[in-house]
Amino acid sequence: MDWDNPLIFGGMKLLGASIAFVGVQVVVAYTVLAERRVLAFIQGRIGPNRVGFQGVLQPFADLLKFIFKEDIVPDKSTRFVYFLAPIVTVMAAFLPIAVYPFGPDITLPFIGTISLALTRFDVALLYVLGVTSVGVYGIALAGWSSNNKYSLMGGLRSSAQMISYELSLGLSLIGVVMQAGTLDLQEIVVQQSAYNGLGWYIFWAQPLGFLIYMISAIAETNRVPFDLPEAETELVAGFHTEYSAMKFALFFLAEYVNMFTVSMLATTLFLGGWNVPFLNLIVAPGTLLFGVLSALGFLVKVCGFLFFYIWLRGTLPRFRFDQLMNFGWKFLLPLAILNIIITATLAALGWV
Amino acid sequence: MLTIAFIFFGALAIGCAISLVAQRNPLYCAISLIGVFISLACIYVTLAAPFIAAVQVVVYAGAIMVLVVFVIMLLNVEAEERRPIKRGSLIAIGVILSTVLLAEAGFVIYYVGASPNELAASGNLSNVGLTGSIGIGLFTTYLLPFEITSVLLLMAIVGSMTLARRTLAPSEVKRQADNVDSLESTVNRSATLRSVPAKPTS
Repeated sequence: MDWDNPLIFGGMKLLGASIAFVGVQVVVAYTVLAERRVLAFIQGRIGPNRVGFQGVLQPFADLLKFIFKEDIVPDKSTRFVYFLAPIVTVMAAFLPIAVYPFGPDITLPFIGTISLALTRFDVALLYVLGVTSVGVYGIALAGWSSNNKYSLMGGLRSSAQMISYELSLGLSLIGVVMQAGTLDLQEIVVQQSAYNGLGWYIFWAQPLGFLIYMISAIAETNRVPFDLPEAETELVAGFHTEYSAMKFALFFLAEYVNMFTVSMLATTLFLGGWNVPFLNLIVAPGTLLFGVLSALGFLVKVCGFLFFYIWLRGTLPRFRFDQLMNFGWKFLLPLAILNIIITATLAALGWV
Repeated sequence: MLTIAFIFFGALAIGCAISLVAQRNPLYCAISLIGVFISLACIYVTLAAPFIAAVQVVVYAGAIMVLVVFVIMLLNVEAEERRPIKRGSLIAIGVILSTVLLAEAGFVIYYVGASPNELAASGNLSNVGLTGSIGIGLFTTYLLPFEITSVLLLMAIVGSMTLARRTLAPSEVKRQADNVDSLESTVNRSATLRSVPAKPTS
């Protein structure tokens, strides 16, 4: 295929982007259903099982409900910022999908080599961090523009929390970057395919980095036990109290897409990305079957993380705010720096 | 294609910059400034400098401006809005400064156009903006300036800590406590704010 033709190139990229974005949204929709069913299971309830077989059509019923609800805009809100906030949140949640490697490069007859990532970017990891950090504005602005003290408090809490945990999140990734010597996510995954696809960085010198990353990532996505920005017993619903109908649905969507992208980053950096152990012994690398199975392996790992999120929500109580800040600044941050020192020492000794 | 992208993002940056100066509401100014930073980052990408673009977003749009927005949200925005702006001498200063800026830009354009660019002449432009080349440059050729900058930042941090935690006279302690009270009451004694103001020592 002629990749130099801008029309073919652009068309293929558009097709790939559509598949990736729709696929992520479908997975996210079913994460919401899974969350309700698993939580119900943990709490000894049944959960939604009426729409379709075992509730499989529930996400679409929810979506229809959100579309047909009345859209209420508070009287004293700052109108422009009020509309801007959900847009910023959703954009920041979706943009990182563009750089994740969903599978290896595969070679097809007649078509040639196709990469199962939308794009390769020299600074893909920094791009992900940058776009994620822009997501803070959505929440902060939503809280401020609603002209509601509970919303404002939710927004402030969220900004403080996300700024604090972004530091340890960024620092926990430096160990992997040092080991891989690149910021290109596809290259990082390829380097983990040693030992028949078991060269995962969580096994090779980065278990501490993985732990720090997971804790900070849960805090970054405002999930239990770090869900202070929307602590319903204290703040009604936090920053999105005044949002209704589709605008509320956008915040809801963004939260789950954030969970998904954060899990994808954890998988890519620490759990070997699309590497399925010993798959290269069964299927020849580079074939279509290899690509599909690898992508499925990636999806399974990410879904494992999503289940872990739901599990946490069903079992853990919420932090107090001062505990949250003390934990982030006085424990997690020094630990992340310690991880960097350990990795640097190992690298200097030539062991990694 | 690159030209179209450059014109689009350049126009976006200039529009956001004009909006930044023209808006009266500080929060709208901050949002415009974020717009400027992001459009600049996009221009860096089209100039084959992805690392600088990413750092621009991470540092300026993602960290510094979040703090600015945070402060604007905590302060009373309405009061700032109504304060009359003193013009007069400001206009003269503005004219002088913009003349200097224009002269500088003109000089750079003239200089780049007139002198042969060493890098372009060597034909080794492909990896100038990449992470590896920037890292090698920072830690070998420019190590001393890099370290001096970090010491400068450390001094700024220590300075702000000293200013924030300085020992106060008893009357000032009372006044600061009052300020903290009024600040807290604006957001109904939230748990957030209770942890923010530093406790005066002594």
